Amino acid sequence: MNSKKTDFVKFEQVDKSYDGKELVVKGLDLDIAEGEFLTLLGPSGSGKTTTLMMLAGFETPTNGEIYFDGRPINNIPPHKRGIGMVFQNYALFPHLSVYENLAFPLKVRKVDKSEIEERINQTLKMVSLTGFENRMPAQLSGGQQQRVAVARALVFDPKLVLMDEPLGALDKNLRESMQYELKHIHESLGVTVVYVTHDQGEALTMSNRIAVFNDGKVQQLSDPNELYETPVNSFVASFIGENNTFTGTVKEIASGSAKIETDSGETIVANPIAVSSSGEKSRISLRPERVSIDPNVQLENKFTSEIREIIYHGDHTRVRVNLLGNDDFILKVPNASSDLKLNVGDKLDLGWSSHDCRALDY
Amino acid sequence: MTAEIRTSDGELLSVKLKKVERRRRTTAFLLAAPLLFFIVFAYVIPIFQMLGRSIDNAEMNSFLTETHEVMQTWDGSEMPGEDVTSTFYYELKTAVENKYHGKIATRLNYEKGGFTSLIKKTSRKLKNFDENANFLDQFIDVHKKWGDIEYWQALKRGTDAYHFRKYLTTFDYEQKFDGSIERIPEKLRINVTLWLRTIFVAVGVTFCCFILAYPISHLLSVLPTRYSNLLMICVLLPFWTSLLVRTSSWMVLLQKQGVLNDTLVSLGFVADESRLELMYNMTGTFIAMTQILLPFMVLPLYSVMKTISPSLMRAATSMGATPFHAFRKIYFPLTYAGISAGSILVFVLAIGYYITPALVGGAKGILISNRIAYHMQQSLDWSLATAMATVLLIAVLVVYWLYNKIVGIDNMRLG
Repeated sequence: MNSKKTDFVKFEQVDKSYDGKELVVKGLDLDIAEGEFLTLLGPSGSGKTTTLMMLAGFETPTNGEIYFDGRPINNIPPHKRGIGMVFQNYALFPHLSVYENLAFPLKVRKVDKSEIEERINQTLKMVSLTGFENRMPAQLSGGQQQRVAVARALVFDPKLVLMDEPLGALDKNLRESMQYELKHIHESLGVTVVYVTHDQGEALTMSNRIAVFNDGKVQQLSDPNELYETPVNSFVASFIGENNTFTGTVKEIASGSAKIETDSGETIVANPIAVSSSGEKSRISLRPERVSIDPNVQLENKFTSEIREIIYHGDHTRVRVNLLGNDDFILKVPNASSDLKLNVGDKLDLGWSSHDCRALDY
Repeated sequence: MTAEIRTSDGELLSVKLKKVERRRRTTAFLLAAPLLFFIVFAYVIPIFQMLGRSIDNAEMNSFLTETHEVMQTWDGSEMPGEDVTSTFYYELKTAVENKYHGKIATRLNYEKGGFTSLIKKTSRKLKNFDENANFLDQFIDVHKKWGDIEYWQALKRGTDAYHFRKYLTTFDYEQKFDGSIERIPEKLRINVTLWLRTIFVAVGVTFCCFILAYPISHLLSVLPTRYSNLLMICVLLPFWTSLLVRTSSWMVLLQKQGVLNDTLVSLGFVADESRLELMYNMTGTFIAMTQILLPFMVLPLYSVMKTISPSLMRAATSMGATPFHAFRKIYFPLTYAGISAGSILVFVLAIGYYITPALVGGAKGILISNRIAYHMQQSLDWSLATAMATVLLIAVLVVYWLYNKIVGIDNMRLG
């Protein structure tokens, strides 16, 4: 295997504005490696879909250049880019059968009839839809339509496949099984995938790397684990996973640890990520699962809280407590190990390590 | 076999279901009933009565019942005998006394020209007839046309209770008195020309509407709502203006000294002495009808195009199809339902169009509907008018039937 390019797709200082007043994408620099599964994750209006559309060629960058496999593609029309695409609403051709839908990109490329048939059979097998060749799209379930859409984007062997929230319309169970299936298809084909979603769970499950978009900018680009464990700013921290926050002012800062006085006057020892000097305002982020209840080990942070609400969630119980003036502090208590008798109004001792508690930008 | 299913109160499920359904059906029928009665009594029954006139000759038959009966034994090969002529004399006498001989004259004149004057003259002289002498001779004495056997043959045929000869006339054929069917002399043939012209205009106008409506409908379907609403109002504006007003405006625009010609002359495109003939010919009919019928093409096209997701075209281009190829293979086939619905609407409306060709068509631009109106209002040959109308109605029904066979009437949508 020859070495994979790390800048298979390259966005260089790309800006995009629709109305000449506001930038939807601001100075985007992004490298996508060959063969990777990169997810653009962000709330709606964050510029992720616009970025994807610029890559597909349906939108032109207002400024900057996009390179695909070393070539600048700003002036190449979509049909000459050779990029496969799966659309949010599948975009299957309703008047063509599954077979004809899949044959479309091949016929355009003037592939032999026998080869068309072979490739379609192969691709349908890959998405486990053998035997559905003659069905019309309307005769398929949502999940099957989804598979056809994926098959159609892959059947002409594109080097890059774009997916625009392809699982958005499916129900929860189907969505989860399709996530694994897409991941496996990606692994077995080695094709580069750029995937757009606003569902963080989906992004964490499937991607090699995730680019978190907000306000037209990439806030953080890293692998799922890193993104979850070490968010670099408070937007990423709050967008990915559940998160408890305190706001406060840095009182003392040393390498690897900072003392921060919260607005309620207590001092928390935190891990300084985005703060560098005392006197700075900071937002402290702490994952619910990193909080110990009745801690018996030595922890830098130990406080007493008061239970406000208990919500049963099947596999775990969520406990909302008041801690250091924060009335929305959430705890996740696994139900298996729980011998705790929790009652609203009870006091509860909590503790956490300074490493897990990240002092981010305000 | 499954056991009979009963509802909780012990009734058979199928029976109970029917009861419940019947109530719903009755409600539905009662809701539709006023319109249904209105249509049946104000539309369907009158139409069929009118259409019946194309073959109905019962009134004529009742005027000369006995003559008609006596004539059944006459084979028409030689002059009729005294049994016929005497019966005709007495019935005509009754007709003169009751003053309906004028109607007889008009009706017989459709069978053979010259009957009007013949009957009128004979009626005046009827009182001089000697009822004991030979009637045929006395008829011939009054008017020598009675010596022509064809007038007697026409009398026999013209008193049939019903006949289909008007349908032959509709297509420029006639039945000779010996029963043979032949085309009428060339200089009298007008109906076939009009039928062909009507079909040509209807097809042509449908095509022009399609060409003009397709891009505008597409634009309507992709524009943001606030612009598309404005454009839609422009498209629908003709609907809100009286047909007569619109047609008259076209007359103002298209006539030789009209706005369009003036503009062309002042811009130097056309010399003053060779102003374009845009009216009182097919051009005028075409232009005005296309404009008036355009919304009927735009609406079905727009309603179909609106449902086509823009991502389909994007998907096609992302797979390597050029925009034209994507249009031809994806977009265009998806608009078939709209094209066919719009075409059938425009075609059916155009094939029966009356006011516009009457006003801007002139002699060269009139259509079959104008001919029907002529026979209804001027020649008063209602049988022929209704025969033509029946043919027109059948033609339209055939078009609908074909449409339903090929596309399915359910696919017709108007917005």
